[in-house]
Amino acid sequence: MNGIHDMGGVHGYGPIIREEDEPVFHHEWEGKALALARTGLAGGHFNLDEFRHAMERIPPVEYLSISYYERWLEGTLMMLAEKGVLSGEEFQARLDEMSGDALSGDGA
Amino acid sequence: MTSDNDVALRVRALESLLLEKGLVEAPAIDEIIDLFENRLGPQNGAKVIARAWSDPDFKARLLANATDAIVEMGYEAVQGEDMVVVENTAQVHNIVVCTLCSCFPWATLGLPPVWYKSAPYRARAASDPRGVLAEFGTDIAAEAEVRVWDSNAELRYMVLPERPAGSESLDEEALVALVTRDSMIGVTRALNP
Repeated sequence: MNGIHDMGGVHGYGPIIREEDEPVFHHEWEGKALALARTGLAGGHFNLDEFRHAMERIPPVEYLSISYYERWLEGTLMMLAEKGVLSGEEFQARLDEMSGDALSGDGA
Repeated sequence: MTSDNDVALRVRALESLLLEKGLVEAPAIDEIIDLFENRLGPQNGAKVIARAWSDPDFKARLLANATDAIVEMGYEAVQGEDMVVVENTAQVHNIVVCTLCSCFPWATLGLPPVWYKSAPYRARAASDPRGVLAEFGTDIAAEAEVRVWDSNAELRYMVLPERPAGSESLDEEALVALVTRDSMIGVTRALNP
């Protein structure tokens, strides 16, 4: 499947930005996001190809807007919902509860 | 699109649900983070390259069957992937990319840097590798061939850089210090002693 992820040869993305002495993770949540995806894989809830395909199904504008480990998080959430492990509603309810904003109805 | 605080909250929400459901255990999360932060990384790949520079038999095994040669040094594949090592010479310069995402030899190089996963590198390494190499300060002779290797989940590439001139007297341990992550991706050469 081609799509926004299929970037080989695309023009216009500009220079390559590099960081000296880059840390493995820039935020604690990045390591957690990777670990949660890998435990989902290890637990047999989804396989690596399905997971990669989930990330490739993130809508193109969003794919380009979010960071790498955010794609991992969204891919994991998509997989867990599609496999019946954790519904989007249940996740949203927990998110609302944790953010103290039970009125938020935006499930994006 | 979302701030780091929002993402951090989303990750915490997912973590709390998976912990409650018994699908994840906290020590397993810590173990995975420790593996990637502390145990996997280019320090492993550098030892493989230094061995190849020092031991012709190992180099032959590495180029013939990198998966087995790397396991021989104690670095097991993390995702069950096969490895291919390609050798840089005066005539051929190899560079590695993953145009579709971020495939990288985790066992020997760890997680990829942000630039490797970024759109500009994924796009241009494929279409303008000499331009990318110049951006990294790596000049390649016009008559040399540049080969680009597009990694995938099942098959991941690592570059065996040219052993730098002036390193002839160095032993394997000293050679390790000359091998950088970027030289094993192929965007730069190994350091000069």
